[in-house]
Amino acid sequence: MARALWKGNEALAEAAIRAGVDAFFGYPITPQTELLEYMARRMPELGRVFLQAESEIAAINMVYGAACAGARAMTSSSSPGISLMQEGLSYIAGSEVPCVVVDIMRGGPGLGNIQPSQADYFQLTRSAGHGDFHPLVLAPATLQEAVDLMYASFDLAFRYRTIVIIAGDGALGQMMEPVEMPPMRPPAQDRPDWAVFGAKGRPPRAITSLYLDAEELEQVNQRLQAKLKVIAAGEQRWECYLTEDADYLVVAFGTVARIAKSAVRAARAMGVRAGLFRPISLWPYPSGMLGTLIAQMRGVLVVEMNAGQMLEDVRMAVCGRVPVRFLGRMGGVIPLPDEIAAEIVHMARTRQRGNGHGAQRLLQFKE
Amino acid sequence: METSIIISGFGGQGALFAGQVLAHAAMESGKEVTWIPSYGPEMRGGTAHCTVVIGDEPIGSPLVRNPHCVIAMNLPSVDKYEPLVAAGGRLLYDSSLVKRPLHRTDILGVAIPAHDIALRCGSQQLVNITMLGALVTLCPLVELAAVEQALRIHLPERHAELLRPNILALHAGAAYIREQRIATS
Amino acid sequence: MTSLSLRASLREVSVPPQMEIVYAHPAALADVPMHYCPGCSHGAIHRMIAEVVDELAIRERTLCVAPVGCAVFAYKYFNFDSCEAAHGRAPAMATGLKRILPDRIIFTYQGDGDLASIGANEILHAALRGEPIGVIFVNNAVYGMTGGQMAPTTPVGMKTTSSPLGRDPLTQGRPIHLTEMLATISGVAYAVRRSMHSVAEMRKTKKAIRLAFQAQLQGLGLSLVEILAACPTNWRLTPVEALDFIRDRMASEYPVGDFKVDERLRNWSGEC
Ligand SMILES: Cc1ncc(C[n+]2csc(CCOP(=O)(O)OP(=O)(O)O)c2C)c(N)n1
Ligand code: SF4
Ligand SMILES: [Mg+2]
Repeated sequence: MARALWKGNEALAEAAIRAGVDAFFGYPITPQTELLEYMARRMPELGRVFLQAESEIAAINMVYGAACAGARAMTSSSSPGISLMQEGLSYIAGSEVPCVVVDIMRGGPGLGNIQPSQADYFQLTRSAGHGDFHPLVLAPATLQEAVDLMYASFDLAFRYRTIVIIAGDGALGQMMEPVEMPPMRPPAQDRPDWAVFGAKGRPPRAITSLYLDAEELEQVNQRLQAKLKVIAAGEQRWECYLTEDADYLVVAFGTVARIAKSAVRAARAMGVRAGLFRPISLWPYPSGMLGTLIAQMRGVLVVEMNAGQMLEDVRMAVCGRVPVRFLGRMGGVIPLPDEIAAEIVHMARTRQRGNGHGAQRLLQFKE
Repeated sequence: METSIIISGFGGQGALFAGQVLAHAAMESGKEVTWIPSYGPEMRGGTAHCTVVIGDEPIGSPLVRNPHCVIAMNLPSVDKYEPLVAAGGRLLYDSSLVKRPLHRTDILGVAIPAHDIALRCGSQQLVNITMLGALVTLCPLVELAAVEQALRIHLPERHAELLRPNILALHAGAAYIREQRIATS
Repeated sequence: MTSLSLRASLREVSVPPQMEIVYAHPAALADVPMHYCPGCSHGAIHRMIAEVVDELAIRERTLCVAPVGCAVFAYKYFNFDSCEAAHGRAPAMATGLKRILPDRIIFTYQGDGDLASIGANEILHAALRGEPIGVIFVNNAVYGMTGGQMAPTTPVGMKTTSSPLGRDPLTQGRPIHLTEMLATISGVAYAVRRSMHSVAEMRKTKKAIRLAFQAQLQGLGLSLVEILAACPTNWRLTPVEALDFIRDRMASEYPVGDFKVDERLRNWSGEC
């Protein structure tokens, strides 16, 4: 397959189609809408299901229904819409049916704005709904990676009967980049043996998340937790960039991580041996690898488009062994390479002067 | 080595499209490239801009504070980007519309009567591609032929009748740079 | 537990030649005890649905979307596939199912709080889209499961745990007539109201359920049967008084009747 220039939202949609998505339900919201619009054009052409729901609440519940029937079902939205979907996500998690959700994050809280943000990190990784569960959260940094993760997402969702969330941001959704699309896979033929589609020649099945008996629900929870443990052990993904000889480590995900790559190169040009650790799976968080890398570092800089959310995961992995600094931009402001590079160099200088230990501050730049 | 280009103008002047054409040409020439637009309400009526980054290795940041090259198709764009162009960089602006001199001396300002050239090619809608022709002649980003090819492939079909004028404008912009003997690099 | 008494299963009993079966446990009803209160209509409505499913011979391709409400365990009581929706979202979930399984018979079973309050938007838009699903709308005028609070369907003046002085239309509005509202939507093929207050009315109710399923078999659009139902527990009435309450208080606010019947259904001469 030749490379072609794709827009992020449309590339995600096409990748889902090639991965064999059976049904898409969604509701318009910037900066994700092109994904829905692309589905509106392509899915009917392919004889698959596209439906614009009356709300994100309805959309996720349509996904829930289609998923119960064993379909590869998905929705996409942006932050405020994901908030509305939390109830449905919790039911889907409790019922253990698979689905894929794309969150093209935008600035918040509230209506916020439509510029890129990473402020849904906690919501996606920690509190995607009530009750004890975690979706598998994947954060691509390039469009090729977005396509590859999207393509893999249904297999992951079905393997573990879990929710897979592709966490992007407005920049990823709106930008264009060359992408090599994977081959078209036919939609799956067989219905999984847990799905409901009519009790023909077998005992009836019911898909539910309701267990009134406390002991029984605890057992269900224990089973869910055991499954999450398996996912946590087997599905950690990350990228190390120029970390081999690095003294200073930048930790960033998604769009910020690719910006940080430029910053790491710039810092090296200024004589600071910097490297980048980029978590690809936000849940499960690749803490083990990060913990190992830390041993050789003199300082860590976490950069996010939020007030310091992944920062908590980094702190837990670092366990106080090296100073952790934080650079966060909010409200849809994207940190640029020069400001990250300046922060890396600053970290290295203050560290050399020996007064950097424990330094941890939230930097806010005004343009 | 990455080269960053910002193309900026009024909404409707085709800044985003010119950037896409450049991005397509870069990709077809075997380069790595990113294109990222400004999006949102500012696009309606206000200014619109996009950033294109071209390189030989996978692109890191798709956004830059100090672009190497800027195409400014109106005065607000010149006002905004003149201070931001990287030292030694280039600022191409439409001198048919922007009458003020540039202040910076550490960048190469290139005045192009793009509006007039575009009108000669058939329409003021061709300013964006005129400027693009000038840019790729001035800076060795991609071959002019690759841009022409990208135009042929990616000009939306509903605008098929505009293909010839666009190609005309592309070459007119390139010719202007050559005629003025502006030092190319 | 009235429903328990309905449970006597005759399926395994061999019938002597001179005797005739006058009552049989529907195959579409699971052979498990139901949890409903004495005099509750839910159990009887389940049974009617099961009988209709058996009569139409569609058990193996029928799916129920259960609500949040007292009928939350409907999925345990039916002997066919089912799933459990979030509160009010059953029509959206059924939409997802039906789009994937267009040849299956899919119905939601929803209470009045579920359908007319928290889920009003979902049912409205399922109707607008003309989703060919069945909706069994059990209107017992209160939020039964949570202890009898006021619902959008509570008659004016009725005392509930959340309207202790009686529903005041000035501050709490008037009862919603969702079935009449939905009947104005072209995507709706069948919208009727029935009642459970007498045996005669129950027969009509079952016939309506059957027509609703028939509408779906014919792919006509959304079909909805609102059923005035008893909640003696939260009404603080005996089962018999509760039936009178439906007849005297509920049916005056909510007259039984047909609000929309697709022509193609009228011509259908199916027997019940
Ligand atoms: C989001 C949400 N809000 C509230 C509840 C609590 N709740 C459970 S059932 C119910 C009302 C059910 O009333 P109705 O739909 O009339 O059914 P009935 O029990 O009367 O048959 C409520 C409010 C819930 N489960 N979920
Ligand atoms: S509370 Fe009311 S609706 Fe619920 S089971 Fe009892 S009688 Fe039926
Ligand atoms: Mg009720």
